[in-house]
Amino acid sequence: MELVLAIGIGIMTGSGVWLILRPRTYQVIIGLSLLSYAVNLFIFGVGGVKSNAAPLLGEGVDVSTLTDPVPQALVLTAIVIGFATTALFLVVLLAARGLTGTDHVDGREQPK
Amino acid sequence: MILVLLVCLPFAGSLAATILLRTDSRVLAARMSGAVTLAALVLTASLYPAVRAGGKVRLDLEWLPQLGLNVTLRMDGFAWLFAMLITGIGFLVVLYARYYMSEEDPVPRFFSFLLAFMGSMLGIVLSGNIILLSVFWELTSIFSFLLISYWHHNAAARDGARMALTITGIGGFCLLAGLLVLGHIVGSYDLDVVLASGDLIKAHPLYLTALVLILIGALTKSAQVPFHFWLPNAMAAPTPVSAYLHSATMVKAGVFLLVRFWPALSGTYEWFMLVGIAGISTLLLGAYFAMFQQDLKGLLAYSTISHLGLITTLLSLGSPLAAVAAIFHMMNHATFKASLFMAAGIIDHETGTRDMRRLSGLLKYLPITGTLAMVASAAMAGVPLLNGFISKEMFFAEAVETHADSVLDRILPYVATLAGAFSVAYSLRFIHMVFFGPEPTDLPKPKPHEPPHWMRFPIEFLVLACLVVGIIPSLSIGPFLHSAVVSVLGDRTPEYSLAVWHGINTPLIMSLIALVGGGALYFVMKDYLAKCDDGPPLFRHLGGQRIFERVLVTVSWKWARWLESNLGTRHLQPQLRLIAAAGFLAGAVSLYLAGFSPKPLSFDDIDPIFAAVWCIGAFCALGAAYQAKYHRLAALVLLGGAGITTCITFVWLSAPDLAITQLVVEIVTTVLLLLGLRWLPKRSEKVDNSVSFAARSRRFRDFLLAISCGFGMFLFSYAIMTQPVPDAIASYFLDKAYSEGGGRNVVNVILVDFRGFDTMGEIAVLAIVALTVFALLRRFRPAPDSIEKPEQQRIQNAFDAERPERSAGDTVRDYLLVPSVIMQWMFPVIATFSVYLIMRGHDLPGGGFAAGITMAIAFLLQYLAGGVRWAEDRLRILPLRWMGFGLLMSAMTGMGAWLFGYPFLTTHSQYIEVPFIGKVPAASALLFDLGVFSLVVGATVLILIALAHQSVRMHRVRSLDAPKAEEA
Repeated sequence: MELVLAIGIGIMTGSGVWLILRPRTYQVIIGLSLLSYAVNLFIFGVGGVKSNAAPLLGEGVDVSTLTDPVPQALVLTAIVIGFATTALFLVVLLAARGLTGTDHVDGREQPK
Repeated sequence: MILVLLVCLPFAGSLAATILLRTDSRVLAARMSGAVTLAALVLTASLYPAVRAGGKVRLDLEWLPQLGLNVTLRMDGFAWLFAMLITGIGFLVVLYARYYMSEEDPVPRFFSFLLAFMGSMLGIVLSGNIILLSVFWELTSIFSFLLISYWHHNAAARDGARMALTITGIGGFCLLAGLLVLGHIVGSYDLDVVLASGDLIKAHPLYLTALVLILIGALTKSAQVPFHFWLPNAMAAPTPVSAYLHSATMVKAGVFLLVRFWPALSGTYEWFMLVGIAGISTLLLGAYFAMFQQDLKGLLAYSTISHLGLITTLLSLGSPLAAVAAIFHMMNHATFKASLFMAAGIIDHETGTRDMRRLSGLLKYLPITGTLAMVASAAMAGVPLLNGFISKEMFFAEAVETHADSVLDRILPYVATLAGAFSVAYSLRFIHMVFFGPEPTDLPKPKPHEPPHWMRFPIEFLVLACLVVGIIPSLSIGPFLHSAVVSVLGDRTPEYSLAVWHGINTPLIMSLIALVGGGALYFVMKDYLAKCDDGPPLFRHLGGQRIFERVLVTVSWKWARWLESNLGTRHLQPQLRLIAAAGFLAGAVSLYLAGFSPKPLSFDDIDPIFAAVWCIGAFCALGAAYQAKYHRLAALVLLGGAGITTCITFVWLSAPDLAITQLVVEIVTTVLLLLGLRWLPKRSEKVDNSVSFAARSRRFRDFLLAISCGFGMFLFSYAIMTQPVPDAIASYFLDKAYSEGGGRNVVNVILVDFRGFDTMGEIAVLAIVALTVFALLRRFRPAPDSIEKPEQQRIQNAFDAERPERSAGDTVRDYLLVPSVIMQWMFPVIATFSVYLIMRGHDLPGGGFAAGITMAIAFLLQYLAGGVRWAEDRLRILPLRWMGFGLLMSAMTGMGAWLFGYPFLTTHSQYIEVPFIGKVPAASALLFDLGVFSLVVGATVLILIALAHQSVRMHRVRSLDAPKAEEA
């Protein structure tokens, strides 16, 4: 379980880092989204990886077997805020493209 | 309490003066400042009984007691004398400035700065904590900068102000460092403790460090060689400023500091050498330079430098008698120099020039001012029966005494006499050139006349003081001086006598030599001095100012440019590369140093289905990375695949709340990016297939970096996840969620209850982002090649246009007809679902965030199904209201707890019976969650709709752009 998740996090991080280093704004926005998946999964994973132990209290449930709710609460808001920042970045890149006429991250094409 | 009032009063007056900025009355600000200054003067005077004979007034307010930093104000005899000087001369200067400043100047600003400066200066004098002293010290530098640059349209004023600020600012920084060292030595920042531990300080190995740093602070402020050059350049300030700052107060702060720390620091060989060399060279060079000045204020400035050098020299000697003379001379110098500056201001005001080569024979026009100036400059020259004479005699007497046997000590009597002769020469020159000689010929204002009486009054008062102190010193200044001396020297107070006549002795003979020699010197050199306009001989090429400017240019221009061009970049990619590399290294190095070793991989408990899901996820992530450049839609779909994988992972690993949120967020993100795709440029693979070697190597580097980061994250997260989870705060939340939060879904209870304030901050961020997006899009101008309608729409419209039975827009309307009908019908279903999500959120997966986005999706689907116009004809969404309601709702729920006497955001929970539904949990957290829900709906809808509207706005954008293009 841990191994698969760790490999997944690694691949998403790698893809994200590769993309944020690219020259086109669209690549960067996709890269940031991938990175945020990786980071969210990582923070979530820090709380331990368990199946069928959702932090929902019920009659006769042993509290100590449940998974850690704190990283989940952190990640939950991070997901929503991540959406907001993606939207902001998208709008900024659209406005920059409208102003400069290019979708290069520097606002102008690199001289060849 | 009076002390606090005394320090705060000028600052309050300063603020009040800024309010007067808008008024036309220039008298009002002056009157107000006058009243404030007079009040401060009276307050100070009223404290005299308490400080007489070594008494002290002290006030302690705790500020940061852990760091030994307190607001301690203390007044002793010396501080009292100085405070009297500051407030007394301050009052006279305000009175003078009332007439000096012209109609056009923004007078309230001047008085505001002046009062603030007075407050800072009083702060220095009254500080009982050495760090507090440093704070006020910096304030004087800043306000002096503002005052010197008061006529900021004048380049000389700006340069002079900048120079003064740079020099005194560096000095202030050194002073702070020195005081910190001093505090470290003593173990306390309290002034009284510091002063009492002189022996400890002098024996400490850090004594020299502290001494040098403090001396740099004091010597820069008091314009001592080699830092003296800022003072003549500061003469571009209005004359009241010069009279106040550059004769009586600010430049005295340096020597004040030397006297203040005299008991703690003086008496060592290092002190004598450092202070002595600075003092003696300043004394001599200042007087020498003063003789060659052509500007009235320049002469006075160099003379001030020289007199400050005299005081510094006295302090360097380390004998109590010399300290008495130093304190006495500070007072005397302030009186005669302030009056001389004011006289110079009157001359400037009446004739329009300060150039001594153009001035001459003014006694006829300005008889009273002329007489007053003559008396004051006689005091400056040290003529008997004036105050300057007495303190100068004391100086000569000390110069003759041997204090520390060295060359410096042996040459001192000769240097003193020579400097005395110079000062006689320049005083004589000042009077002779301005008031005597032939009629002036080329004055800018041809008919000078006496100023209004009240403008002259400050000079009259000060000159009278010079005379009174000079004739009956022990009756006038005597007792006040004594209390000041006692407060500094304590039981080392020597026997001294303030008398005019001590019989014929060496000092008197030195005075006579200086008087006669100075007079002779002037009359010999008179013609040369009148023509000399390129500075004093021998020192023409040794300009401290020039060195200062060269250093400034090198540091602030050449080096900065070099750094910027060699280390800076305006490209984003190198910056991100550096950040990513730094992040990787920071993680790798610290792990390596902590002895991290990768865990052995265990393949035991791999669920094949989970592994398969992640195979797809990994494929999606890699595919998105590969396709994002040329195939944006494909990349977007693949990104969605990665998102769904994440979502499934959350489900699998017991995080249902996260899964729901991730799923709905995934939907809106995809729609959002789809809307954005429309405005990006076309890119085809054929255009740039010529890849240079540089680009290829760059890519290879990025690729390596990405691989390292990914691999590092893999190792790191695997190590963390296989570690047993330490029992931190999780069990606390799990235990208390139901008993205290009243909810069974612990994640939701954390969000809306335990960490409710965080959540409130987060929804506020969401609101801000949504508003920013909205604002950015209101001014959105697409690139020209994106303005045309998309290809698909054009084909559809052309299809409609070709067929007579169809009208334009039919095809678009019929497009995906069945799905859109289903979407329309889904609206109530989804809305109900979102209500369900929020209602059960406290006990089961759901909650405000997920419900809010779900609701937003319900709205969004209507837009997708029918188009913007169709949706808005039927549905009026006011996202701003939703957001406002949400923020208010959550804030009010939090504040509701106050009504019951609980802290902000305390929740209350119970179950209520609802007909048909049964027992429903009703915590006040639900109301809070409702606020979150409402805000999330509003923000999401606002962002998406604003973006969607751009397609409808097309025509307006084009018609606005068209005339612009024509103009261009």
